[in-house]
Amino acid sequence: MDFMNWLAAMPGAVAQGMIWGIMAIGVYITFKILDLADLTVDGSMVTGMATCAMLMVNGWNVWAAMGVAFLVGMVTGVVTGVFHTVMGIPAILAGILTQLILWSVNLKIMGKANQALPARNFDVLVTQLRKYESLVYLALACVIIVAALYWFFGTRYGMSIRATGCNEKMSRAQGINTSFNKVVGLALSNGIVAFSGALLAQYSGKADISDGRGAIVIGLAAVIIGEVIVSRMGHNFVIRLSGVLLGGIAYYIVYQTVIFLGLDTDLLKMLSALVVAIFLAIPYLKKTYFKRPVIEQKGEA
Amino acid sequence: MLELKNITKIFNPDTANEKVALDNLSLTLEDGDFVTVIGGNGAGKSTMLNAVAGTFPVDAGSIIIDGEDITKLPEYKRAKFIGRVFQDPMTGTAADMWIEENMALAMRRGKSRGFSWAINDKDRRIYRQMLSRLDLGLEDRLFHKVGLLSGGQRQAITLLMASMNHPKLLLLDEHTAALDPKTAAKVLTITKEIVEEEKLTTIMITHNMKDAIAYGNRLIMMNAGKIILDIKGEEKAKLTVEDLLNAFAKAGSDGAANDRMLLN
Repeated sequence: MDFMNWLAAMPGAVAQGMIWGIMAIGVYITFKILDLADLTVDGSMVTGMATCAMLMVNGWNVWAAMGVAFLVGMVTGVVTGVFHTVMGIPAILAGILTQLILWSVNLKIMGKANQALPARNFDVLVTQLRKYESLVYLALACVIIVAALYWFFGTRYGMSIRATGCNEKMSRAQGINTSFNKVVGLALSNGIVAFSGALLAQYSGKADISDGRGAIVIGLAAVIIGEVIVSRMGHNFVIRLSGVLLGGIAYYIVYQTVIFLGLDTDLLKMLSALVVAIFLAIPYLKKTYFKRPVIEQKGEA
Repeated sequence: MLELKNITKIFNPDTANEKVALDNLSLTLEDGDFVTVIGGNGAGKSTMLNAVAGTFPVDAGSIIIDGEDITKLPEYKRAKFIGRVFQDPMTGTAADMWIEENMALAMRRGKSRGFSWAINDKDRRIYRQMLSRLDLGLEDRLFHKVGLLSGGQRQAITLLMASMNHPKLLLLDEHTAALDPKTAAKVLTITKEIVEEEKLTTIMITHNMKDAIAYGNRLIMMNAGKIILDIKGEEKAKLTVEDLLNAFAKAGSDGAANDRMLLN
């Protein structure tokens, strides 16, 4: 391995990692906070890419394009949320249905399977052609998102969303509209995912219909890696969200590294999925095969 | 105060497992009533409580609280009027959230939540004060996850949460059944204190006949989805376990005087 080349690839890896870290924060909201496995993201990621690319191609300002991408992403979350809460479809299936709907929608948004968004011709915020400048913008986006979510989930309403994911029965008993909260959580999650898609389209200079394939797995990988990274740093929400961002970055550094080591890139998706599978299995395996004897708790009230 | 008019609830209708859980049941509670409910397994006690709480829609009848018909109101909207404690200590609190967060959630029951910061120092002082009256040392553990607490501690906190904002109705669904006897006694004492101090209209299901007699001003016995005994005031004060056993025997259902009740 040529160390200098590897080093030169790092800024790019970190930038991509931040974009996927933001995406993973969206996954964190559904997977960890709402306790829902939402597969909408494979579609909403591309919806964000396509929306941003098409708007910019049509002369929109980059900020407005990213804003609309965020809003459209929220709508995709609402669709999944309505499938799940109003129509009673299991969350995983609801997400898969929306994902498939979005495949068609994304094709319609772009009018074809891919759309170029070359940084030479468009005034994009982040691009692999200007990696260091992009890193600054991405870091700023990360800070703003983490701060906004810290505020949101610390409010009375935000706390009721956390309660919904933690204990639905208790939440309803405390007057919380759990169905509505799930829809809001899914909307917020997919809005963030689509926003990260908007960043990715700019960064890579294109939007492709298949760019979102397996996004959920990368998002979960980032969430899981992030948990491991910050596991000993307390339960503060900012630390946990930062962990997810670090997880995304770590994922992409590893990704670049294994490519440099000459790994067949065809195998990358499989390896990502296997890593996620192993980490998801650990709690179950621990419980089932490495059970510790239960310590009796005596009757203190 | 609370009026149940001809409530019927049938589970699994038109199947082999059809079960009439509530059979044209009517009940009227006065303000400040503390009603204990006993009955065998499957008598419909929990179903009655869940019907009032709105866990499921009833098939017939109406539920009225203070003149307001809540029959069609979803569960989360009824929470405005109702505080609940469940049998399973896990159910009443959010395990992954702190004690103060759980209390803050309950503090807004029936109120709009909005986007102001969920907990401030003034709230904390109130929570500490409420917790200190439990005498369990929880007032110093506001930042502890509720999931780390024992079943009794969780039930005590759930009781506090359920009694916040003076609910019109407090529903206790065998809330001491999952606890060891000593803890159960302690939680029952706290229950009595809170109900009396706050003058809460309360329905408490219990499997323990002695408790059913010792607590409250009114006792209801259920069997097969109906109320078969309803004793108030003076008469209730004179009630003995013997009387209840006789009443069960008279009801004649094998479900009524089951082993669990006799053991108590």
